[in-house]
Amino acid sequence: MEKNDERLETELKLGLPGSSGGGCGGEVEKSVKKRLFSDISGGGGEVEIKNEKKRVFSSVFSGEEEEVVENKNEVVGWPPVCAYRRRNGGKMYVKVSMDGAPFLRKINLCMHKGYFDLVKALEQLFGIEEALKEEENCEYVPIYEDKDGDWMLLGDVPWKMFIDSCKRLRIMKRSDANGVGLHAKDLLKGLSKEE
Amino acid sequence: MCLFQSMMNYFPEEVLEHVFDFLTSHRDRNAVSLVCQSWYSVERFSREKVFIGNCYAVNPERLIARFPRIRSLTLKGKPHFADFNLVPPDWGGYVYPWIEAMAKAGINLEELRLKRMVVSDDSLELLAKSFPNFKSLVLVSCEGFTTDGLAAIASKCRLSSILLSYAFENRCFVAAVLNDCALLGFHIDDAESVAIMSPSSSLLSLFSTSKATWFWFLKELDLQENEVDDRKGQWLSCFPDSCTSLVSLNFACLKGEVNVAALERLVARNRNLRSLRVNHAVPLDALQKILAQAPQLNDLGTGSFVLDPDSETWNKLKNVMQKCKSVRSLSGFLDVNPRCLPAIYPICTDLTSLNLSYAPGIYSNELIKLIRHCQKIERLWILDTIGDKGLVAVASTCKELQELRVFPSDLYGVGNAAVTEEGLVAISAGCPKLNSLLYFCQQMTNAALITVAKNCPNFIRFRLCTLNPTVPDAVTNLPLDEGFGAIVQSCKGLKRLSVSGLLTDQVFLYIGMYAEQLEMLSIAFAGDTDKGMLYVLNGCKKMKKLEIRDSPFGNVALLADVGKYETMRSLWMSSCEVTYGACKTLAEKMPRLNVEIINEGEQMEGSPDDRQRVEKMYLYRTLVGPRSDAPDFVWTL
Repeated sequence: MEKNDERLETELKLGLPGSSGGGCGGEVEKSVKKRLFSDISGGGGEVEIKNEKKRVFSSVFSGEEEEVVENKNEVVGWPPVCAYRRRNGGKMYVKVSMDGAPFLRKINLCMHKGYFDLVKALEQLFGIEEALKEEENCEYVPIYEDKDGDWMLLGDVPWKMFIDSCKRLRIMKRSDANGVGLHAKDLLKGLSKEE
Repeated sequence: MCLFQSMMNYFPEEVLEHVFDFLTSHRDRNAVSLVCQSWYSVERFSREKVFIGNCYAVNPERLIARFPRIRSLTLKGKPHFADFNLVPPDWGGYVYPWIEAMAKAGINLEELRLKRMVVSDDSLELLAKSFPNFKSLVLVSCEGFTTDGLAAIASKCRLSSILLSYAFENRCFVAAVLNDCALLGFHIDDAESVAIMSPSSSLLSLFSTSKATWFWFLKELDLQENEVDDRKGQWLSCFPDSCTSLVSLNFACLKGEVNVAALERLVARNRNLRSLRVNHAVPLDALQKILAQAPQLNDLGTGSFVLDPDSETWNKLKNVMQKCKSVRSLSGFLDVNPRCLPAIYPICTDLTSLNLSYAPGIYSNELIKLIRHCQKIERLWILDTIGDKGLVAVASTCKELQELRVFPSDLYGVGNAAVTEEGLVAISAGCPKLNSLLYFCQQMTNAALITVAKNCPNFIRFRLCTLNPTVPDAVTNLPLDEGFGAIVQSCKGLKRLSVSGLLTDQVFLYIGMYAEQLEMLSIAFAGDTDKGMLYVLNGCKKMKKLEIRDSPFGNVALLADVGKYETMRSLWMSSCEVTYGACKTLAEKMPRLNVEIINEGEQMEGSPDDRQRVEKMYLYRTLVGPRSDAPDFVWTL
């Protein structure tokens, strides 16, 4: 599955616009992510994005490694399934981990209409009633990993946007997040507004 | 020629108009209007259905000026790639100005069909208020409205109780009366002030005008794959008791609860209902009762299909299904207990269209058992959980199959439930009438595509999507150029093509050379140089919509033949190699194109460097210049 060397010449080079020829490495702008698939180079193709190393899709399939990368679906809009179908596919199981729990659970995001519903379901799943929603005295904070691999606080973006980008959930102990400025009050406000 | 021309000049306009009545296709009518001035004139006054493939190619005023007698309007808004989240929200595509202009101009609108447009509740309310003969609303992949807007539509369906008696006997008479009233500027009041009349009575003496109340014979409300906010109102209950004109009601895409009792009553009194698609909130026991009232249905969309197969309701359902002898099209199954599927076996025998693509959790064996009953199927939409084995069963059973869509079931996980080239080859061998394909697959080979091309030369639409967009031939590791080349060479009537997999410029050489009828081409992560795009632009004379993402095509290709774009509806290029400078040049040279640059999240500090790559460009021909409703992040050059 590796391209011939000849083809390297005509390959799309990743680089900042305006730079001559470009090349991989260094800081690459966001748009580069969408070009990942075209950068099938023999050299394994690791690309630096936002200071995080992520494996280019292609290297996974070059036979160099068998493992399927978690952020396989970083590319926007691929496979080309229309947004309505993505959201209503019925299946959108994501893993949920809770700090201190010995095993993970899975939850179907499609089954929920919004953040309030989801938080209730999470509380039930782990038996931590009222511990996710309360203000300062709530023991846990719900966060999620998005398509970019970043950990985000639940509730900032519209629900639909969240569904499209959520890869997994984590119920983090508030004590671990001290000093991060979670503005739990705002989260609560956001949640109750949704009804 | 001369003789013909002078002969045609002797035909009075009524004759021409009558001849044009037989032309239903808008393309034929467009052609006819170009023949000469008098044909143009006759055609434009007689055209009732207008199709506008890009709402920004023209504006409401021009539409109304040219086609004053329009009754049915079809509008499409956002570019196709908006379906895949490539177009930011608030890009545009608003229907309100169209409805407003037609309302002001007194257009007698009866039907509105919209795709990828933004429809606000205000639009729906204005629609409801403005057109007395409105009959049919079809919204596909639209957004921006809520169930409040639907309530406005539903509640306009009203008829006075006195006229009601005429409605049952002589529906066209009442419609004609309403029509004439509209023209005369009269409004029909509620029951009290309307007198019973005979057809020969003079209209003027019969109606009082105390209240402005429009009556509707709403026939069709069809909502497909829209994003609708549920306001927890009772929109379905807004259909009044007197609404009996419904032929088609599809609300499968609505997320919220509906008043099931109201639905039952609605179905019971609308004896002409042919098409009913409900949402997940309508459970199977309710559906069973509804079906008992509507054995005349042709098209059924179930809600959730979950029941205990050992229950009494289950038996009732089986009996009711057996009586539904007219159902030809089946969809829904938004949640399904596979053990309930045998209830639909009686319907399957005569089914021509089956959509199970929203049904999670039905696995290969159950699907195969179901398929075995569907020998007359012409259109099948399914998930890839069917597997290659299931497709072999389809191939051996469904000899009438014309359209197949296999969707991916697992977009987020590792995905080992998928189909491969084997399933496709089997289908092509078993289903010679196949002409339309959408196939999401794990892998593909050139050999398979070559075989498919040989078996099925009748493809009109061929869309292949490998889950890894640049995967090569699974056996030879070569690009899939030869395979797609065989498809375009063999399928001389091919109008729509989507390619995927590892592809070089070669595939585009083939496309340019052979795909003479091609109108729409979707390209992603393909090609090597500008030559690829040039082959297509030079070769495909009938190209209408070209959409390209993440491919190394740049300025040379873009600017080689600028006149070409006026022969096309639109061109989309995202994450390619075109620069601002080239786009500006193009815009300067072609004033009748709108060249739009979509900038997301980037700060607009003056104009960008000409050499900077453009992230997203969408250009389209237009008669009306840059649009006035473009948001900040869209620049029309």
